[in-house]
Amino acid sequence: MDRAMIRRDFPILDQKINGKPLIYLDSAATSQKPRQVIEAVEKYYHEDNANVHRGVHTLGSRATDAYEGAREKVAAFIGAPSERQVVFTRGTTESLNMIAHGYARKRLREGDEIVITPMEHHSNLIPWQQAAMATGATLKYVPMQRDGTVSLADIEATVTQKTKIVAMVHVSNVLGTINPVKEAAAIAHRHGAVMIVDGAQSVPHMAIDVQDLDCDFLAFSGHKMMAPTGVGVLYGKREVLEQMEPAHFGGEMIETVELYRSTWKEIPWRFEGGTPIIAGAVGLAAAIDYLKGIGMDNVRRLDAELTNYALERLSAVEDLTIYGPLGERGGLVTFNVAGIHPHDVSTVLDSEGVAIRAGHHCAQPLMRWLNVAATARASFYVYNTENDIDVLARALETTKEFFGHAIG
Amino acid sequence: MQLDDLYRQVIMDHYQHPRNQGSIEGGVGDETLSVDLKNPTCGDEITLQMKIEEGLVTDVRFKGTGCSISMASASMMTEAIKGKPVEEALALAEEFRKMMKGEEFDADRMGDIEALAGVCRFPARIKCATLAWHALERGADKKN
Repeated sequence: MDRAMIRRDFPILDQKINGKPLIYLDSAATSQKPRQVIEAVEKYYHEDNANVHRGVHTLGSRATDAYEGAREKVAAFIGAPSERQVVFTRGTTESLNMIAHGYARKRLREGDEIVITPMEHHSNLIPWQQAAMATGATLKYVPMQRDGTVSLADIEATVTQKTKIVAMVHVSNVLGTINPVKEAAAIAHRHGAVMIVDGAQSVPHMAIDVQDLDCDFLAFSGHKMMAPTGVGVLYGKREVLEQMEPAHFGGEMIETVELYRSTWKEIPWRFEGGTPIIAGAVGLAAAIDYLKGIGMDNVRRLDAELTNYALERLSAVEDLTIYGPLGERGGLVTFNVAGIHPHDVSTVLDSEGVAIRAGHHCAQPLMRWLNVAATARASFYVYNTENDIDVLARALETTKEFFGHAIG
Repeated sequence: MQLDDLYRQVIMDHYQHPRNQGSIEGGVGDETLSVDLKNPTCGDEITLQMKIEEGLVTDVRFKGTGCSISMASASMMTEAIKGKPVEEALALAEEFRKMMKGEEFDADRMGDIEALAGVCRFPARIKCATLAWHALERGADKKN
C-alpha cells in the first residue's frame, strides 16, 4: 500500500499553511477525511436525505437503509455478533458516559470498586469519579510502570472480588501505550467485573475483534477514523445492553407511550432517542469501506513503520524528551523540547506548516505523573509520509534556533 | 504570519527574567489576596497575589507555569500595576482586552505591554496572554 497514493485521497492535505506545505500531524485529535467519505456524505444530502425509522416514503426508506446499513458495517468491522449490539452515539465521550450512567451507576454499591489506569483520557476518568461519588464506590488505579505501561501482575493485584467495573484505554492518546485489554478482560471476568474498553485511539488504527477481546463494552469515535465529527459507537454484549437504561428519552426510542408510562424499543434503538446523526453514520460506513480497502493490518503496519521512523528521527534531535514506551506503541510520539513550552513549540511549527497538538491532551493526571505541565504530540495516520517526519524534525531544529536566538 | 511579531525581544526578556515572581511576604491576610487561575484548555496556571492598601496595589507577585506569552504577559502586567490605584489597573486590563481583540487601544498607557499586540494575530495564543489579566480582574472583584 502506497502512502503517496493514499495521501492523494485527502484533498485537505494539498494546501499551504503560512506559505509552507501543510504537514498534518494531529490525527489523534481528529483524522482528516478522504474524498470517498466527503462524497458519501454529500451524496446522502444530495439524494437520500430524510428522517429514519418513520417515513413511509421512498427517501425515508433510503435514509433508513443507509443508517441501518452503516450499523451492519460497524458490527462487521469490530467483529460484533450482531448489528443489534451497535449503538450510534455522538462519540467516545458520550458512549462512556452512557455506560457510567445507564449501566454502572445502577449496579454500584458502597464498597464496590471501579478500576482504571492513570493514563485514561478525561472521558474515561471523570465519568468514573462521578459514579464513585454518587454511589459510594471506590475508584482504584492500576499503578503504571516507569515506561508508561501497566503490568498484568498489577492489574491482577488491583482487581478484587469487590471490583464491578474495569475500564481501560486500549491505546493511550499521550504515551501510545497499547494496553493488554484482552488479558485485563479475562482478569475482570474472573472477579465478576465487566470490562469496558476505550477504543478511541485503537479502533481507527488496528484490527479489532470484540469477541476475541471479550470486552463487555467498547467505545469509539468516528472522527478519529476518517468519518465526520458527531458520530461514535457504543458496542456492548447483549446482556449488558439489555440491562442498560436509556440516557435520552423522546422520539425514535419508544415502543408505546401512555399518559403516565412508556415502554422502549428493543436494543439498540432504545438508546438512540431523537433524530440521529444519519449523515455521520453514512460517513462512518464510507470510512470503514475506505479503511477496509487499505486493510486494517496494513493500517497498523503503516502506523508502526512511521512511528518507528519518527522515534528514530526525533531521538536524534538534541534536547528532546520523548515520553512513553520504547517498544510497540500506537501511531504517535509525545515529547518536550527542553526550555521551550509546547505552546511555543507548536506556534513555531505552525509557522513552518506543521500541525501538532500542544497541551495536556485531556489527561491531566498523566501529565502530573510525567511531572510536566504540558507536552507536544505528533500523531500519524496512513496519509502521513516519512517526508512529514523529516519536515517535523527540521522544524524542531528551527524552533530551537529561534528560541535560542530570541532568548540570546 | 511573522513569528517576530509574536516573540518580540521585550517579551522574551520578561519570559526569561520575570519581574515580581514569587509570593508576598506575610502571606494572605486582610490586605493581601490571592487568586489561582487556570487555562483549562492548555493547562497554564497562575497564582497572583496583590496587596491592596487604601485602593492602591502596593505589592503584586505571581507564580505560574505556562508558555512564554502567558508568563511574559503576567510579568509585564505586574510591573505595570504595581503602585497604581486598583481602578487604574482595571482600566489597563480593559485596554489590554481591546488590544487582544485587535481594536484600537491607548498605546501611551500600555507602554512596554504593547509588545504583546502581535498576539491578536495568533488567535490560539490570545488565551495565553489574557490569563494574568483575568486573574487581576478576579482579584479586584474579590476585594470589592
